[in-house]
Amino acid sequence: MKIHEFQAKQLLAAHKVPLLQGGAATSSAQAVEVARGLPGPIWVVKSQIHAGGRGKGRFKEDVSAEVLAGVIEGTPQPGKGGVRIAKSLEDVGAAAQDMLGKTLVTKQTGIDGTRVNTIFVEAGCDIARELYLGVLLDRANGRDVIMASAEGGTEIEEVAAEHPEKILKVHVDPVVGLSAYQARQIAFFLGMSGKQVNACVKFVQSLYKAYQAFDCSMVEINPLVVTKADEVIALDCKMTFDDNALFRQPQVVQMRDISEEDPTEVRASEYDLSYVKLDGTIGCMVNGAGLAMATMDIIKFHGAEPANFLDVGGGATKEKVTAAFKIITADPNVKGILVNIFGGIMKCDTIAAGVLAAVTEIGLQVPLVVRLEGTNVELGKKMLVESGLNVIPADNMADAAQKIVAAVAAKEA
Amino acid sequence: MAVLVNSETRVICQGITGSAGAFHSEQMLAYGTKFVGGVTPGKGGQRFKDSVPIFDTVAEAVRETGATASVIFVPPPFAADAILEGIDAGLQLVVPITEGVPVADMVKVWRVLQGSKTRMIGPNCPGIITPGQCKIGIMPGHIHMPGRVGVVSRSGTLTYEAVGQLTTLGLGQSTCIGIGGDPIVGTRHIDALQLFNEDPDTDVVIMIGEIGGSSEEEACAWAKQHMKKPVVGFIAGATAPPGRRMGHAGAIISGGKGTAEEKYRAMEDAGITICRSPADMGRTVKDLLRAA
Repeated sequence: MKIHEFQAKQLLAAHKVPLLQGGAATSSAQAVEVARGLPGPIWVVKSQIHAGGRGKGRFKEDVSAEVLAGVIEGTPQPGKGGVRIAKSLEDVGAAAQDMLGKTLVTKQTGIDGTRVNTIFVEAGCDIARELYLGVLLDRANGRDVIMASAEGGTEIEEVAAEHPEKILKVHVDPVVGLSAYQARQIAFFLGMSGKQVNACVKFVQSLYKAYQAFDCSMVEINPLVVTKADEVIALDCKMTFDDNALFRQPQVVQMRDISEEDPTEVRASEYDLSYVKLDGTIGCMVNGAGLAMATMDIIKFHGAEPANFLDVGGGATKEKVTAAFKIITADPNVKGILVNIFGGIMKCDTIAAGVLAAVTEIGLQVPLVVRLEGTNVELGKKMLVESGLNVIPADNMADAAQKIVAAVAAKEA
Repeated sequence: MAVLVNSETRVICQGITGSAGAFHSEQMLAYGTKFVGGVTPGKGGQRFKDSVPIFDTVAEAVRETGATASVIFVPPPFAADAILEGIDAGLQLVVPITEGVPVADMVKVWRVLQGSKTRMIGPNCPGIITPGQCKIGIMPGHIHMPGRVGVVSRSGTLTYEAVGQLTTLGLGQSTCIGIGGDPIVGTRHIDALQLFNEDPDTDVVIMIGEIGGSSEEEACAWAKQHMKKPVVGFIAGATAPPGRRMGHAGAIISGGKGTAEEKYRAMEDAGITICRSPADMGRTVKDLLRAA
């Protein structure tokens, strides 16, 4: 799960991570009110969307398609971005007015962009240096790792690819926790001196505390800044969370912003279905994540593109199958559907009944191929054939993929 | 004797009185697994299906039944605790099936596993089966057949797909290990390859991976130097977009890392015979055996 920058900063503040003062607003008037309560004379007005690259992003309403294409490619573009400096309260109001309600396109949003519903107004500061600090899980050795780099402001993946020596990785032993000497290692690696060292140590320690306390899957401070007054402050913050731990993070769950998510994916999650929308034309419904990915792959292998990833779960029920069907068919790009169920212990006649119930209820405008495997497979196939509905049974994965690709091609021709 | 589990393995189930635990315990009993007990705190002294004794603690179950392995069906908030109890009781093998265990909990479990004598398979996995001898987990027993192909996979139903293809072609399996789809799992591809490499009953291995992480690359680097047996490889998720979690918590391409192409390249570099269509997993193994 993702949250906005202003929400992430609320969570960091709870663990005393040094931040600039600021507040969120959903109207121009409110933005000015927030700014009035902050020390001037400079304010920063930031669009709040879940994607990064906001400063270099451009608003769909303001610029041409070429400029937007350039934003996606990552080349510098003319015009105003999603993060603006204001030198007066009037400027704050104008910037907020100009950004709220518009659609921001950044390198990470894709060409459709994301509507800005909230902005964050923050006090300005005198920046001496911009650095990078991130915390995440290192899967290879099963420990959290803190990554630090003096190359702030750039994407860490780029630094890692071109200058891996410019990144320090510090692993945390879960029994001992983060030691002070490790935090000092980070401070010295980042070139801190004098009272900056202690400020940085405290920063790293409180950041890791927040990461643990909220079951984050990643916290990224980019840039981390050292001010001319030797303070160490989080200028931007990106936080994502371990979905498996949300049951014990009510404060985080409250911060979920459904307007940032794909509406179909939200609907799927209500039925406990795992669904990811893709760009192709063959909708698929599969039980199990690995088999669902493999089904997407075999569609491509036979010359078409999958319209989605959809895992109905190990124990697909009739209700889930029906819900999944509705979600798949709601996508206007879907020209055919492939159902691939390896039931195993599950009974194929139950699955067949679920598929038939769904088709009867919502109708079927596109070709449907069903591949069933497991207990009572013959009975399941017989039910599909005898239903009189236009369901094409398949014997195995290759057969299923070939049949659906051919059926869609025949219908298009 | 295949790897890790056989007809001598004495199995208990933690969470035996829950609905999933009860259903699959019955299936394991029916398969012929030497299923010796169950654990549900507070229900010690009762019996499952009027025969299998239930205990309050794993330590007691081990003492009374000589159990060496445990399959865990405890809900996510309590799963890590159940695994730790199994490790503390000195079990050789713990197999948490549970999906949805918080990663932070698994970081602690992983740390405790290091230096212990326990091996963990999972979590978020189908389990492990040595066909005809011992089934520990939720896989459908009837699709398996005793034989000499080792199977290792991060997935559940995709593993069944591979096993189904092998069995249809008359190729039995020595042991099938479903290592699980989470970011941190107790047994990785490399561990499974090492076990199969040393197993006199395994002739060939099929290794099934998926996008995310570097478990496959790690195994390939080892296999390049040490693997004495032929290996067939398939990676699921060649069509998956970056940055999106594909069902499994661990199946995500992040920062451009963990793509199917990278993993296929590592496999080819290690001399593994790759198979790009999931429908050809069984046939690729058969062709490889025929050529050998």
